[in-house]
Amino acid sequence: MSIPADLKYTKSHEWVRLEADGMVAVGITDHAQELLGDMVFVENPVLGRVLAAGEECAVVESVKAASDVYAPIAGEVVAVNDALESSPDLLNKDPYGAWMFKVRPADAGDLAGLMDAAAYQAHVDAEAH
Amino acid sequence: MLKQTPLNARHREANAKLVDFSGWEMPIHYGSQIEEHHAVRNDAGMFDVSHMLPVDIKGEGARAFLRQLLANNVDKLQTTGKALYSCMLHEGGGVVDDLIVYFMTETWFRMVVNAGCAEKDIAWMETQRDRYAPGLQILPCRDLAMIAIQGPNAAKKFWQSLPGSEGPTHLMKPFTAIVIGTMFVARTGYTGEDGFEIMLPARAAPYMWQAMLEAGVKPIGLGARDTLRLEAGMNLFGQDMDERVTPLESGLAWTVDLKSERDFIGKDALLRLPVSRQLVGLVLEDRGVLRSHQKVFTAQGEGEVTSGTFSPTLNCGIALARVPVGVEQGDTVAVEIRDKRLQARVVKYPFVRNGKNLLTG
Repeated sequence: MSIPADLKYTKSHEWVRLEADGMVAVGITDHAQELLGDMVFVENPVLGRVLAAGEECAVVESVKAASDVYAPIAGEVVAVNDALESSPDLLNKDPYGAWMFKVRPADAGDLAGLMDAAAYQAHVDAEAH
Repeated sequence: MLKQTPLNARHREANAKLVDFSGWEMPIHYGSQIEEHHAVRNDAGMFDVSHMLPVDIKGEGARAFLRQLLANNVDKLQTTGKALYSCMLHEGGGVVDDLIVYFMTETWFRMVVNAGCAEKDIAWMETQRDRYAPGLQILPCRDLAMIAIQGPNAAKKFWQSLPGSEGPTHLMKPFTAIVIGTMFVARTGYTGEDGFEIMLPARAAPYMWQAMLEAGVKPIGLGARDTLRLEAGMNLFGQDMDERVTPLESGLAWTVDLKSERDFIGKDALLRLPVSRQLVGLVLEDRGVLRSHQKVFTAQGEGEVTSGTFSPTLNCGIALARVPVGVEQGDTVAVEIRDKRLQARVVKYPFVRNGKNLLTG
């Protein structure tokens, strides 16, 4: 299981990356895709939607089950990854390359409240027991 | 403590993801469920189905007993090795289990029942035996393993992996079985593809598995088994039917013989109860995945998805659903998925057979 050191993480297994332009990309972690199995459907939030932190905002479905994706921080949706519509398996093949949506953070300081790689690793280990 | 099949170590070696399936530790996949699905449709795959239980019915009067016990008519079995799919009903007409029964001799029939129903089935059969045929033996074969090999290249690869097996099996018709030494080989399956289901002594199973692996047969988990059987339009007990519904409302009228004079357990109820629901196939026209228990809205009233999945062969959501009688093929219905109502079309099933998409031809 891979957990890149340069990303931030949530307890609900989203990863978060601060982009050069100040936007924040969101995806699901390698651990999440492994638990869910082969992805067959992604439903992203609509552009312009304003998300509250922790809000259900997207759905990923694998052959096995549907799973909600939660907004890691508050902000407005400024981009969605359309490639996932025809190729949801990108979430399996390249979980940290296949971002789902990007938000303009309401407050860039909110990122500090998320977990770093070490804390996320500990969280995954704790959930396994 | 989960029960393990004789192939458990093989699954671990192959990095299977193991899950609790009806109290058995079984492989759900070995990496990618979708790749496994395609391997069976396009080549050959093998399944450990040792959790299923063969039950032998032995003794004088076996046929007469099964005539009474099963909703389908065992008198359709007249040649040695012939197999029949049937439901076993309770007096109320609900389904105790579905099974395959093989006719070997007049004093030996073999049934194969679902893992999750095995204990209940044996208790039920013993009760009926005590009532109708006290001399008969009901013998669960717990020392047998079962491997299914399925796919367009299944037969060829089976013959390759077991020298000497081609001669006795290459002329076998679908739904027949033969005995070869300690093996019971049936040309049956749960995928809609050609292949065999092989029952063999537990200690021999790992060798058979290894030989087929070396012949290029891919191990397939129960995840792909479910998508394959659903594409093939085959019912799953516990989802598409159970003790609360009759086969007539479960798409299984073709397996129930109500025409002959024969009496069987549940027949009175089937003749008495109105049939107000039917099982239909659905194809989701919007993007998404159909799942069991989703609500279905039709012009004739509400129904429910009994089995739903994303079809790897058709690349869209498909399902079996129980809906009111009157809903017809070609109708458009709505399925509630989370907070939305998506559009689905009622279709004839099976969806896929022998690798072919039956919806588009």
